[in-house]
Amino acid sequence: MTSVVKTVNLVKIYQDGAVPVPAVRGVDLQVEPGEFVAVMGPSGSGKSTLVHMLGGLDTRTSGEIWLDGKRVDTLSESAWALLRRKRIGFVFQFFNLVANMTVGDNVELPALLAGASPKVARERRESLLAALNLTDRAEAAPAQLSGGEQQRVALARALANQPSLLLADEPTGNLDSRNTRDVLRLLGKVHKEGQTIVMVTHDARVASLADRVVSLFDGEIVDDGRIARRRTGTAGEVIDLR
Amino acid sequence: MRLHLLALLAKEPAHGYELKQALEQTFGSAYPSPNIGQIYVTLGRLEKDGLVRAVDVEQSNRPNKKVYYLTAKGRELLTVWVDEPTEGPRVRDEFFMKLVLAPLTGIADRMALISRQRRHYLGLMSDLNDLLSRTPPTDRVAILLIEGAMLHLQADLDWLERCQEDLA
Repeated sequence: MTSVVKTVNLVKIYQDGAVPVPAVRGVDLQVEPGEFVAVMGPSGSGKSTLVHMLGGLDTRTSGEIWLDGKRVDTLSESAWALLRRKRIGFVFQFFNLVANMTVGDNVELPALLAGASPKVARERRESLLAALNLTDRAEAAPAQLSGGEQQRVALARALANQPSLLLADEPTGNLDSRNTRDVLRLLGKVHKEGQTIVMVTHDARVASLADRVVSLFDGEIVDDGRIARRRTGTAGEVIDLR
Repeated sequence: MRLHLLALLAKEPAHGYELKQALEQTFGSAYPSPNIGQIYVTLGRLEKDGLVRAVDVEQSNRPNKKVYYLTAKGRELLTVWVDEPTEGPRVRDEFFMKLVLAPLTGIADRMALISRQRRHYLGLMSDLNDLLSRTPPTDRVAILLIEGAMLHLQADLDWLERCQEDLA
């Protein structure tokens, strides 16, 4: 089975004037198809830099990046853009929606760009908007939406081209608990359907949906393991009232 | 449970089984279903302390049942309980003690402890997520309790990260 993501001794060093600042220091990470990996760690530990490199939004200093069995760290900017359009969905903390397009078109566009037929793209748009409770907002402009709604649109957009890899950087950073619930539900659903996800998050509710947690510290992986679940009990058994 | 029972009795006199039902109805799945024996033992102690009193109510064809009601002293204690601020959920944290002390013993390093604890918290969070999805939206008290537990866990995780930054 080909890994969706594989990095070999991945390094990123930023140059701050004359001072080199290592952000990622030799990361070997492998993500299998269908896996949901949460990337956690203190701020400045290199989490965002890592996922940005995986999506080609930041160049690596040294090391290798492989996506779906193909080496990609050597690709040109335009080849990356093509790859992202077809195979990668990206959600950021700030949503980067296209301001002069409706919510619905924002979601539909990536599917069309990735080569889906208009009919398929439309179906995809409708099912995603429905899953995120946004159907009645489809004709609105992004600016008319609340922050929580915009973030849900950004997630729908990232999933529209059915990417082989969904990358997310703090996707629930701006959401209140009700909006978070919708996002959680959709993430859980697409994960169950086999979506591979690599997500940077501080939100424990989101992270707890993952199969695996990778903890970064000082640019290195210090822990990589599965989340143990019990899946039993009522609230009374899980929560101890004193 | 003493004060919980006093609070229920402040509403109306009741017998043991009614109190059990009232707890179940109020807290739904959020509360571990109270043991009837435990309720009677607690009522006995409250009676001994003069906080409640019991009267025998005759029933046809059945043994008398004991109905409990709140005394003035009981009401006073209840008022104090309601009026005073409640302690936070924890003053000492067992994991934190471990984190500070364990490296001195040479048994474990801090990074390993933090990583294991993070995964443990996420496992608990996953259980809570699961529970929340199985709890009907009408069961408001249970939902609030689960959300409260989640927020506490989130704080524990954030604190773990702070510990990692400063101690590891």
